[in-house]
Amino acid sequence: MRTSARRRGVAAAAAVAVSAIGLTACSGGGGSAEEATCTNEIKQPDAAQVTVWAWYPSFESVVDNFNETHTNLQVCWTNAGQGADEYNKFQTAIEAGTGAPDVIMLEAEVLPTFTILESLVDLSEYGAAELEGDYTPGSWSDVSNGDAVYAIPVDGGPMGMLYRADIFEEYGVEVPTTWDEFATAAQDLRDAGFEGHITDFPTNGNALNYALFAQNGWEPFQYDAAKPTEVGITVDSPEAEEVLSYWKGLIDDDLVATEDAFTTDYNAALVDGTYAVYLAAAWGPGYLQGLSEADADAEWRAAPLPQWDPENPVQVNWGGSTFAVTTQSEQPEAAATVAKELFDTDEAWRLGVEEAALWPQWKPMLESDWFTGLEAPFFGGQKINEEVFLDAANGYEGFSFSPFQVYAYDQQTQALYDMVQNGTDAATALGTVQDGLVQYATEQGFTVSE
Amino acid sequence: MSASKSAVAPSATRPTSKIASRRQRWGYVYVAPFAAVFAVFLVLPLGYALWMSLHNKGIATAGRSVFAGADNYVKAFTDPVFLEGLWRVLRFVLVMVPVQIVVALVAALLLDTLATRLSRATRLLIFVPYAIPAVIGALMWGFLYSPRFGPAQDVFGLVGLAAPNFLSSANIFGSLVNIVTWQWVGYYMIIIYAALRSIDPSVYEAAVLDGADGRQIALRIKVPMISSSMVMIVVFALIGTLQFFTEPQVLRSSAQGAIPSDYTPNMYAFATAFNYSQFNYASTLAFALGFLVFVGSYVFLFLTRKQSGLK
Repeated sequence: MRTSARRRGVAAAAAVAVSAIGLTACSGGGGSAEEATCTNEIKQPDAAQVTVWAWYPSFESVVDNFNETHTNLQVCWTNAGQGADEYNKFQTAIEAGTGAPDVIMLEAEVLPTFTILESLVDLSEYGAAELEGDYTPGSWSDVSNGDAVYAIPVDGGPMGMLYRADIFEEYGVEVPTTWDEFATAAQDLRDAGFEGHITDFPTNGNALNYALFAQNGWEPFQYDAAKPTEVGITVDSPEAEEVLSYWKGLIDDDLVATEDAFTTDYNAALVDGTYAVYLAAAWGPGYLQGLSEADADAEWRAAPLPQWDPENPVQVNWGGSTFAVTTQSEQPEAAATVAKELFDTDEAWRLGVEEAALWPQWKPMLESDWFTGLEAPFFGGQKINEEVFLDAANGYEGFSFSPFQVYAYDQQTQALYDMVQNGTDAATALGTVQDGLVQYATEQGFTVSE
Repeated sequence: MSASKSAVAPSATRPTSKIASRRQRWGYVYVAPFAAVFAVFLVLPLGYALWMSLHNKGIATAGRSVFAGADNYVKAFTDPVFLEGLWRVLRFVLVMVPVQIVVALVAALLLDTLATRLSRATRLLIFVPYAIPAVIGALMWGFLYSPRFGPAQDVFGLVGLAAPNFLSSANIFGSLVNIVTWQWVGYYMIIIYAALRSIDPSVYEAAVLDGADGRQIALRIKVPMISSSMVMIVVFALIGTLQFFTEPQVLRSSAQGAIPSDYTPNMYAFATAFNYSQFNYASTLAFALGFLVFVGSYVFLFLTRKQSGLK
């Protein structure tokens, strides 16, 4: 009995030891920058390392370029997911108080969402304000608030209209330059026997829908990061109603489709001739070229976005990203340097433009002869930058997003879906969003002005 | 779990025995790894979530957490979005649980009666979907439901009909029921099948001698004898359905209009925490749901205490 008990004891001790090893093995990982695992190769092992989260395509070559040209600073890059996936991780890190990188890629539209959580460093302390002249006015307006600069602009999404020249030609329809002409063209295409739709108005278009409203002078939010408890909400404005009623009319006449954006079905429809027009940002051409099942006979061309008032054209932006420095960073100065210098050379930007199809907000590249003169083979050699997107980029004046942007988008998606599916009108849809956001903002402790 | 049982049971009967008390010490050592993991990854996070659910932190007042008492719970149980989500998962319970159980039971009874090679292959085939991770399964069904890429258009086209849009708001309920049923029926079937195999065959012989036919054996003998297994799988299905999350969350990427971010209570809690950065209210929602799941399962187990053998 005794021996067997002892033997059992030994076995138990062994079992405990084994599970203890298992536990310590689990508790590895994580940790600070020095021991973080990078996706890229560190060229200067002795230099200080700055962790960066970003999801740009082909970003590794840009990181390598930075690490090869900097001897005392190295970027340690991780792809923490695209858009919402990365933001979820960042939110969790903020709540946990640890785990965020030094530098994070954020879309301009979510900057207020994170500045209000006091999770982004004001980069004006690190000389960012001096860079204002290097960036387009619209992009600078999106990252700054008064004297404060919360991020360094990287790429943007000035909007234009990509269209199928072959379809317009086949059915003998003029390419529209105003929204009135656009509606007429939609009807003309249908009358001439075109079986698809002129374009799609996705109810989950979020930033696309915002841009279309903004083109008519819509300013849904008044928010100043210096007064973080006050927010103005004017989603339900005559300007937005005008635009939404316009689209609702086209949808009711079945001239415009209402397929959800960014699904595999939508991607296929973009390139297989279902839609004659793709209302797109400057990153759209790159997006199109990456899609499969394309119509082999397609002849794509780019034109400026149709206007409400051709006398006073308004340029809008859809998407675009920035580099921000998190308040969790223990080396904000080095992080600010990385945010500023990752994309501030011709070399880095050539990689960004050629490999990742990014639209630079950095003026030296934007205005360079090489960039403006680029001929796009996908567009039959058309110089789409010079002819379409440069004007859009320079004309964009900035846009004020809310400090609860994801919620605002979700509310809008619901209201637009209801409008399309259940036949409510544009005013009701916008009113629902307005009421929902006012109630939400009040609950969150904001002083709301309408 | 089993380690704790075997170690503690003898000591209860012989509390004064020296050997037993030494054994008991070793028992604790055995239990320790589990207890540590249990405490660190379940009890502590639960406690933290409970603490968070009793505090409040608005976006506009970031960084300042104030004690809110039951405020968040009052808000949750009067929150139309949460209540609507609850009502939705209740409807899923009413439809999905019976469907799964009936299909699983019929399949198990058939497979129990047949003993051909075909039945073994069938058993495996019904079980295979359970071996596929839920996320992969939902992604796959997302493609099958796709109006453009899915086979439905071709199948319905054969008989000259237009395929329904499985991802529209009118059809999404049925589409989700289908995915979950496909995924879980095999698992429930295996549990029922195992219970059926453990019945002594002499019972059937006696029944046949008494003149019972196959249907009577199935419904009057087999089903009552496996009722405790049945209760168990209903509880599994009930809890799983109340916590409905993975399938709608994955399908949402291709049907954002039909599946809003607050479609089920769990999805609402997820979005509230990670998309809207309200971790406090999200904890409240999670606890409120957990409480209702607990009450629901308890009531069910109480009502079925005879069948499950708990009484």
